[in-house]
Amino acid sequence: MAGRMVVGSAALAGLVRPASADPAGGHRMLPVAPELTGLLPNRGLRRGSTIAIATGQPRHSGGTSLVLALLAEASRAGSWCAVVGVPTFGAGAAAEAGIALDRLALVPQPGPDWPTVVAALIDGVDVVVAAVPAAVSASIANRLAARARQRGSVLVPYGRWDGADVTLQVVRGVWEGLGQGRGRLRRREVTVAARGRGAAARPKEIKVWLPGDGLTRVIPRSATVPAASVTGRSTAGRLRPVPAVPTPDAPPHHRPLTLVGPP
Amino acid sequence: MTGTPTRTLLLWCPDWPVLAAEIVDGVPATGPVAVLHANRVVACSERARAEGVRRGLRKREAQGRCPQLTVVDHDPGRDARAFEPVVAAVEEVAAGVEVVRPGACALAARGPSRYLGGEEAAAERIIEHIAQTCAVESQVGIADGVFAAGLAARAGRVVPVGGTPGFLAGLPVEALGRPALADLLRRLGVRTLGDFAALPGGDVLARFGFDGALAHRLAAGRDHRPLAVRQPPADLAVTTDYDEPIDRVDAAAFAARTLAEQLHDRLAAHGLACTRLGIEAVTAHGQELHRVWRHDGLLTAAAIADRVRWQLDGWLSGSSGRSGARPARPTAGIIRLRLVPDGVLAQAGLQPGLWGERGEERERAHRALSRVQGILGPEAVVTAVLGGGRSPADQVRLVPWGDERLPARPGAPSEVGRSRDAGPTDRTGQPDRTGRSGGTGRSGGTGRSGGVVRSALPPWPGRLPPPAPAVVLPAPLAATVHDAVGEPVGVSARLLLTAAPARLVVGTAQPVEIVGWAGPWPVDERWWAPAEACRRARFQVCLADGTALLLAVESGQWLVEAIYD
Repeated sequence: MAGRMVVGSAALAGLVRPASADPAGGHRMLPVAPELTGLLPNRGLRRGSTIAIATGQPRHSGGTSLVLALLAEASRAGSWCAVVGVPTFGAGAAAEAGIALDRLALVPQPGPDWPTVVAALIDGVDVVVAAVPAAVSASIANRLAARARQRGSVLVPYGRWDGADVTLQVVRGVWEGLGQGRGRLRRREVTVAARGRGAAARPKEIKVWLPGDGLTRVIPRSATVPAASVTGRSTAGRLRPVPAVPTPDAPPHHRPLTLVGPP
Repeated sequence: MTGTPTRTLLLWCPDWPVLAAEIVDGVPATGPVAVLHANRVVACSERARAEGVRRGLRKREAQGRCPQLTVVDHDPGRDARAFEPVVAAVEEVAAGVEVVRPGACALAARGPSRYLGGEEAAAERIIEHIAQTCAVESQVGIADGVFAAGLAARAGRVVPVGGTPGFLAGLPVEALGRPALADLLRRLGVRTLGDFAALPGGDVLARFGFDGALAHRLAAGRDHRPLAVRQPPADLAVTTDYDEPIDRVDAAAFAARTLAEQLHDRLAAHGLACTRLGIEAVTAHGQELHRVWRHDGLLTAAAIADRVRWQLDGWLSGSSGRSGARPARPTAGIIRLRLVPDGVLAQAGLQPGLWGERGEERERAHRALSRVQGILGPEAVVTAVLGGGRSPADQVRLVPWGDERLPARPGAPSEVGRSRDAGPTDRTGQPDRTGRSGGTGRSGGTGRSGGVVRSALPPWPGRLPPPAPAVVLPAPLAATVHDAVGEPVGVSARLLLTAAPARLVVGTAQPVEIVGWAGPWPVDERWWAPAEACRRARFQVCLADGTALLLAVESGQWLVEAIYD
């Protein structure tokens, strides 16, 4: 009898989960794309948190694509998003990333009312992406973060922002598919670094395809880097089934694209 | 159905298509005019008839009989439009009008004949009223049932009560308006409606089917179909006059709220809701200001009030900050406001989404975005709509929040949003080398994806394949491209590069080395309209710092169109 009890409880152990973890966490959490879950402390966008995205080391190395990738899964799940102060927002790329454009509001030119507009949007929209203007005082930043925490929205400052829960930054972006006079841009290998406070204090770094070609999204850490990015002979773009790791046709230490710093 | 047919008064305007052509297009109906449909004469004027033109003639034959004939194309829409004032004029005299077809309308004769003192008096009164208000000649026939009244109107007769079967009996079977049936009856020896009506009803049904049986009933004067009377549209607009001219924004907002509630109540009383709203204001100096607001859903009282307030705010403060299209500030206060609902439809209630799409979250977001619109103005909050187009900027239209989400150009963008869900689609395509709009070239890149049927939407050949650039510059940046020895790179008319591009200079920045490039991908848009023509060659370049750009050359000038950020 006792033996059967033990066996029964062992079988149940897989089914029983802590009662507090999932309902509370699941309710307070917006989903993100599975390849980005490793960067965020709760494997999602926790409501009330501030997740900053710093501009990349070379400008235009993938910051906007990272914003889009971060919003995509939440928007697909039915959340409302707003983007403030990005007049160059590429709606085509947003739709390709999977963002529902009818639930995405854009405020391209907030002007001097930036804090008021962001605060008003925090009241009603689930995810607010705000391009940070040059002069934002620490008190305004704190007030907006506190407002997001109180209203249960996710504030995503895009630019320089101190005191965020997590700060994501693109440290490297390498396009592939383009050769000397042939090919076309297909996908980009992006290295994203995350640093933050509390549970996210340990710096993390992952590589993802941003934008990917829909087939291979995460690059496993152990994988060697596909090295044919500028020769236009990328085999990765033509792989049709689900090859997790594109096999490199060049030695792994050969890195044809080197970073030369900001333009 | 039993009982006697309704006593019907039918008003008939002879040669209505010709008259409609005169009213709408200004073709004088006094000359010889023929209206043609599918190369056959549908209607002709009196002069043309005198020259021998008849219905059913071919165009060449009609012109042969009457060389100076003016030929007009048949347009049912024009006929109906032109007839609308005539119906309105009839409605001024009598109620309950049914439009039988453009050029003929029927009404129950009992009301007007009792009110105007007899059937002949009513007929004269109606003919006279129409001649005075619309300058249209018409004839009136009164009989039992619409069919008999129509035939009486052609003769201009008032058939006495009970005399309808006798009146019909003398008419030929062609009067039924069914040529095939009339032809058959004539060959069977049945020449008049009286002969046809004398046949037993059961046999007619067995031999000629339901349509024949219906024609048999009509021929016997048993036309029991009641009139399908049209309801004149209710006047839904609300108007208010103000003794004190409104020249302050807060007073205008207050006025807007009351007026909006009035309009909403009036619509709700009719079970209606509106999707567009026209706002008209008249100032003390007689200036009239008008604007139509669109909305993607149904306008609630608060939404109507918001729009009235925004518009009055824009006018009274004259804050033409962001959109220069706003009218200049009025010179005096507003003395009259008028709200005209447009796009009115039956309010059936909104269906809430099953998974909360239109639930509380939507309401919350709507409130927040309306608030931002209140802070910055209605055009400051936008949503993007994807449509057709070749450049990334052309494909996107930004519509103000709350307006109808319609794309600027038809056409679905490439596998948008379905990139992960769709099966193995062809993604190896290059942009079309012959991206000449208006041509019938195969669509490049995405158009060849197998199995995706996109028939109704234009394919936009020459569009760049995904990924789309994440940063689209509203105004392209001027740039220069040099080759390895420092000479500027150009593109010839035959799309040949003078040299391989090696360095890019954007504005006054430092030159950056180009490590990868592809192109030129030409696009030649709207070459048939010189003012809008645009001929470009596009390139994708990858720079040494990892940036990828979309460049274009237009008449020798390099431009940075978008950044693959």
